[in-house]
Amino acid sequence: MSASNEEKSSLLRRVWNGFRRPTARYAMGTLLVGGFFAGILFWGGFNWSLELTNTEAFCITCHEMEANVYREYKETVHYSNRTGVRATCPDCHVPKTWVHKIARKIKASNELLHHFLGTIDTREKYEAKRLQLAKNVWKVMKETDSRECRNCHNFEYMDFVVQEKRSRNRHEEAIDKGMTCIECHKGIAHELPAGIVGMEGIPNVGNPNLGN
Amino acid sequence: MKTWIKVTAAGIAVFAIAVLGNTGVSAQEGVKSLRGDATLSEGQAAADINAQQVGKRFTRNYRQQPPLIPHKTEKYEIDLKANQCLGCHDWPQNVEANAPKISETHYVSPTGVRLNRVSGSRWFCNQCHVPQAQIEALVPNTFTSSSDMN
Repeated sequence: MSASNEEKSSLLRRVWNGFRRPTARYAMGTLLVGGFFAGILFWGGFNWSLELTNTEAFCITCHEMEANVYREYKETVHYSNRTGVRATCPDCHVPKTWVHKIARKIKASNELLHHFLGTIDTREKYEAKRLQLAKNVWKVMKETDSRECRNCHNFEYMDFVVQEKRSRNRHEEAIDKGMTCIECHKGIAHELPAGIVGMEGIPNVGNPNLGN
Repeated sequence: MKTWIKVTAAGIAVFAIAVLGNTGVSAQEGVKSLRGDATLSEGQAAADINAQQVGKRFTRNYRQQPPLIPHKTEKYEIDLKANQCLGCHDWPQNVEANAPKISETHYVSPTGVRLNRVSGSRWFCNQCHVPQAQIEALVPNTFTSSSDMN
């Protein structure tokens, strides 16, 4: 074996060997306690930075969100209402449970890609894509039985007595049929997309002269 | 000489128009905007929002009056892409929703063709139909209902 070859592998080898070899210098207790606190630091840091990406302020740093969906949402009851309770972007669009949250965060890398590709960087491009984007969200919400809605809204705790008659009848019907929130409550926080005429699950509220 | 007279006359005319114009403006000072007497740079408290009357429907004041809306409408989207009023008031959804059906006149195009969807010229409901509220007329007027004219 030549000297240069040995030098090349030496650094990797030393790290690997150091990793494998039992330590003779530090006590077991030092390693355990040190590892414990380092673990807290790393896990805390990981979760802290994860939660930073889970805020409305973070969401609207992308102008695609700020100039379109955020401004529409500001007009709705989930932004401003009598009691001042709010549902921000991640409350509806990021799951609360850890496994689902991490899965959603990994999927969000696709959104980063399209941000840098400029797929929806103008209002016109956004409107052209809105139907597809909305369908994606509706599909996921239906599959999860509107899990994010149900973090706050729950059939079990709805007082049908104080609901309007129209709402009461529809909600009771929904329970009987095992329907989920998103099947009726589309376009509540953002504008409806063009081209929803004749789409299954949506009453015909779309403009027949657009899309299709 | 004649040119001199013309120029003087024109000057007097311009002056007269300017003076008359000014008096015209000062005569309009009696008209108040909905903000009251406040100048443009002044702040003025907004008027109370009119309480809407939800539930019982108001009767029409005259035959041609677009019916008033007995519920809140600000959360319903009406734009180029969608009109959420249709979700309950368009046939056939109105049957299940037990809501008044949109008048058949709204399904006729401006050129007289009968359509299966609400005509584009009738798309923006709130151009004619507004939520009902018991309020005073903004400007005093002498309107008389057509049914009282006979």
